[in-house]
Formats: sequence, structure tokens, C-alpha cells
Amino acid sequence: MSVDYNKIHELVIVGSGPAGYTAAVYAARAQLEPVVYEGSVTAGGALMNTTEVENFPGFEHGIMGPDLMDQMRKQALRFGAQLVTDDITEMKLDGETKVLIDGSGNTIKSRAVVLAMGSAYKEIGLINEKRLSGRGVSWCATCDGFFFRDQVIAVVGGGDSAMEEANFLTKFASKVVVIHRREELRASKIMAERAKANPKIEFLFNTEVIDVLGEDKVTALKLRNTVTGEESQKDFTGLFVAIGHLPRSELVKGQVATNSEGYVEVEGRSTRTNLKGVFACGDLVDFTYRQAITAAGSGCQAALDAERFLVGH
Amino acid sequence: MATEKVTAANFADVVLKSSTPVLVDFWAEWCGPCRAVGPILEEISNEHGEKIKIVKLNTDEEGSIAMKYGINSIPTMNVFVGGEVVKSIVGARPKPALLKELSDYIS
Repeated sequence: MSVDYNKIHELVIVGSGPAGYTAAVYAARAQLEPVVYEGSVTAGGALMNTTEVENFPGFEHGIMGPDLMDQMRKQALRFGAQLVTDDITEMKLDGETKVLIDGSGNTIKSRAVVLAMGSAYKEIGLINEKRLSGRGVSWCATCDGFFFRDQVIAVVGGGDSAMEEANFLTKFASKVVVIHRREELRASKIMAERAKANPKIEFLFNTEVIDVLGEDKVTALKLRNTVTGEESQKDFTGLFVAIGHLPRSELVKGQVATNSEGYVEVEGRSTRTNLKGVFACGDLVDFTYRQAITAAGSGCQAALDAERFLVGH
Repeated sequence: MATEKVTAANFADVVLKSSTPVLVDFWAEWCGPCRAVGPILEEISNEHGEKIKIVKLNTDEEGSIAMKYGINSIPTMNVFVGGEVVKSIVGARPKPALLKELSDYIS
């Protein structure tokens, strides 16, 4: 599908998780002919890297993340959204006409923009964590778990993502050790129980990872007890980091208001940012709930806010 | 030209003995980012195929080759020159970033 780069569009949506696609469905049905930048390699957002999604309402038996996103995508297409499998690399959002540049060098102009870029994995922040990424260090169990068959690996984190990753990894690993810096998990009860009941999962509480050891692949982790300060070392051939996410607001920081962690700020319960005609939704904004369904809900709100803005101007 | 599939049977001939650089894309059906980068590699293959041969190796089917090259995460794209791995690109990248990584071989 070719986008007309000569005209000024009504709405461009940046991002393609549940927030972006839901915004696309509503905007398309409002006949705004939205152009959606899905991302060249990240189309579908965070759910592309998960397996069963059991808590998105409407699916009695759950649904695979990529399948759910595929259905949302097709729904957006059905109503006339124009999907572009490319990235936005630059945005100029102030002024009446917003100007965005994509990864192929095209410039697209629009009267309104919905920001739905979502979030990225948080890293522990160790040099060796970055150095050994893809060589034993991973942030995505479903992506890389396959390669850790019969190995002893560690998962860092204490929330639902960490529990999900740990459970999933027991399909391949011989042992998974969950390393959490606090005494108690913050995961939902059902996820915590599931992990605790899994015979292949062990827990190391009050522990943090202070270094990742290994020449060209992970061989061990250096640990510190967060209560006593005592350091130790344990052999692992894999480290999965599941400590949360950070909003992907790098492209818009300094233009739209963001809080100290980089989350885009919106007015009250709307999706309006401080810039006229610019709306934000999904994990880019939400640091409290961060669920697929809340993202989808906010995507709908963004489309409706954008429609009202466009009609009023 | 389109990308080719490699297996254990033809790996030596197609990759190790190639006179031009070869990019081996280690991928699997269940890997989302692998599927996302697939069309990008097809485009690069069509545009620069004479300078760098792009081949695909399915890690589910050819586990021993994947293990031999220490593949720990997919997609991993290894560039072979003269039978040796000279560059390893781990993780999906957008087309401009991939072209930059391969600039030594396609300019």
C-alpha cells in the first residue's frame, strides 16, 4: 500500500501494539484514514514476544500473543487503516502540521498524531550484561529460551513477567533460579503460586546481580545479598532479565512533557499531551497498569480524542 | 536474487566454499523478530545479491549447525568470508541499520 506523502494526513499513529492498533480501528471507522507506522521489526509490540495471553478479556481459553496482534492488525486493515511496516525516526510535533520522518527517508505530514510507541525492556545496567547480550544474556524467554536446553539459568525479577519467563524457561532448562532483590515477590498470586509449584524453579531472595561473568558467553553471575551485603558467585550459562520496562519516549522527549522516568504525561484521564493535536496512549504513558487491555482501552480513547480535536479544528 | 535455504548437506558448498561473502540468517518459524527481518533480508538479497549471498538456516531443522556456531539467540546473522565468521549480528534490525552493518561487503 502506498502512502501519499504529498498530502497532509488527518492522523498518523506511531506504534502497533494493542494501543496503536485499537487507535487505528477507531480512527479508521471515524474515516480519518489513519496512517499507522508499525515498526520495521517491532510490529505488534510487546505481545509478539509472549506465548499464551490468558487475561485479555474475550478469549475463554486464552490466545497466543502474536495471534491476538495479527487479529487486531487485520481488524485495523478491514476498516481502512494504512499500515506501514517501517519506523518513525524523527518527529516534529509542535505547530499545526506535524512532520514525521520514517526509516526509508520519507517525510509524512499530519494534522494530528497518536503516540503509541510502548516500552522497552529494562536492563540491569551492567557493562557485561550488555556485552554478553545474545551470548547468554537475554530479555526475552520466548525468543531465546530454546537455546538453553538442559542448562542452569537465572531469571532476574520478581513481577509477573519474571514468573512467566521462569515458568516458560523450565520447558528447556534443567533448572531456573529466580533472583529477586527483595524478600517477597510482587507478582500476582496466581503467577507466583505457579512458579513456586514448579519443581524446576528455585528462588534466591534478597539477592541482586552485580556482574555477569564469561569471556564470549555467560558462565557465572556475581551476586550480592541485599540485606547482609555478602557477595558470592554462582555458575549459570544463561541470564534472563525481567525487571520491568521503560517507556520508548526518546523520540519525543523535549517536545511532549514526560515525567522523570520518561513516561509521556497526559491531561487528567484523557490522552491529550501538552501539544495540541498530539495524543499518547499505552505503555508509553501508563506506568501503573501496563496491561494489553488497558493499552487497548487507551488507544480507543486516543482515537476519539484525536477525532474530536480534528472536528473542532 | 532471492535468498537460498541451507542445510547440513549443502552448508560447506554454499557457505564455507563461497568465493563471495555469505550472510547466514539463523532463524525459526516461532521467532517473531526472525519473521520480521525475513522480508528485509529478501530485499537486501535482491538489491545486493551479487556482492553478498544471503542464505537462511532453520535452527529447528539444523540444530547441530546452530550449536556448532554457538547460536544463543535468534535471529543471528553471521557473515562468512573464506569459510570463517567475520561478523555476527544478533537481533532484528531495521533495513538501514542492516545495510550499515553490511556496508563493508556491499559497497
